[in-house]
Amino acid sequence: MTTTSAHTETHDDHDAHHAKIYLAILMALLFLTGLTVAVSYVDLGPLNIVVALAIATLKASLVGLFFMHLLYDRPINGMILCAGFMFLGLLLSFCLLDVDNRLQVAPTNHVVPKASGILVPVPAAPGEAPAAAPAKEAK
Amino acid sequence: MSTSTVDLHGGHAPEGAHHDSTLQHHFATKDQQFDTSKLGMWLFLATEIMLFGVLFVAFGMSQNKWGEEFKEAHHHLQRPLGALNTIVLLISSWTMVMGVLSAKRGDQAKLKMYLSLTIACAFIFLGVKYIEYSHKFEEGLLPGKWYSYHETIPEHVKGASVFFSFYFMMTGLHGFHIFGGICVLFWMLIRASKGEFGPSYYTPIDLVGLYWHLVDLIWIYLFPLLYLIQ
Repeated sequence: MTTTSAHTETHDDHDAHHAKIYLAILMALLFLTGLTVAVSYVDLGPLNIVVALAIATLKASLVGLFFMHLLYDRPINGMILCAGFMFLGLLLSFCLLDVDNRLQVAPTNHVVPKASGILVPVPAAPGEAPAAAPAKEAK
Repeated sequence: MSTSTVDLHGGHAPEGAHHDSTLQHHFATKDQQFDTSKLGMWLFLATEIMLFGVLFVAFGMSQNKWGEEFKEAHHHLQRPLGALNTIVLLISSWTMVMGVLSAKRGDQAKLKMYLSLTIACAFIFLGVKYIEYSHKFEEGLLPGKWYSYHETIPEHVKGASVFFSFYFMMTGLHGFHIFGGICVLFWMLIRASKGEFGPSYYTPIDLVGLYWHLVDLIWIYLFPLLYLIQ
């Protein structure tokens, strides 16, 4: 082991170095915030959400890696964070699968005007005898 | 104050470790104690990601369903105030990490200064949120059945009210986390003014820092999703 004073000195150098990095990261984060606000005023169509989320992810990575010390930390902590996001991705993907493949089910007391609905009760023509659905509607 | 710092420095040596009151008896070394605490904190943060994540997923699904209404509703949010709050929170994250660094160095004055600055930023954040919320209340841009903004066309009322349900649920939950952070930061400030933290023991400051950065991280996603999505 080195002597105590030398030990402290290198620590101080390290710390000054870290302080500089932290300031640089803050500047980068503020810049990216400005960028994401600026981009939001430009209409890129469906790309807007992609750009916004990409910038947000970049910012989150900077916060995680430097402010939360994940870059220098034991890998287990980062693995826990990644596991959290992984399960979130699992939740999101199954939910999207569900939404994309779901039939539209109308509540029985509602007539939903959406054309795509398969199970929507169709209002009967005025002259015809009413089916079950319009009878419920009349209640 | 300086003598206590020197004492804590002694804690690095194995034989001095037994006299260190900050080392709990069931840990072999301070490093082991630190790593264990940190691991526990990260597990808690993972559950926080789950908590907010569910809301994000639900928001995404609803946006899928009421895209047009959500797009219209988000124009009622004040983008400059949202951006201001983002900046305030990012700066508070920086003051927090500088606080952790100061604790590691044993610089008591700077530690207290950075903790106070972090608390100040948190209060600014909540102040701006208060301005935003009161504006929404005045306009009737409220969740569910309380939605009473008169200019919305009737077909869009349902989707818009769902948007504001998400808005208040997500920013409200986030606001509670900010409030919790303020409480814990005050506690840290009190302990710091007693000189409890130094180079060999700054675990609580480090863990509060992790929590605070996570709250910042959640806002980093909340801001573009609620305020900026076209």
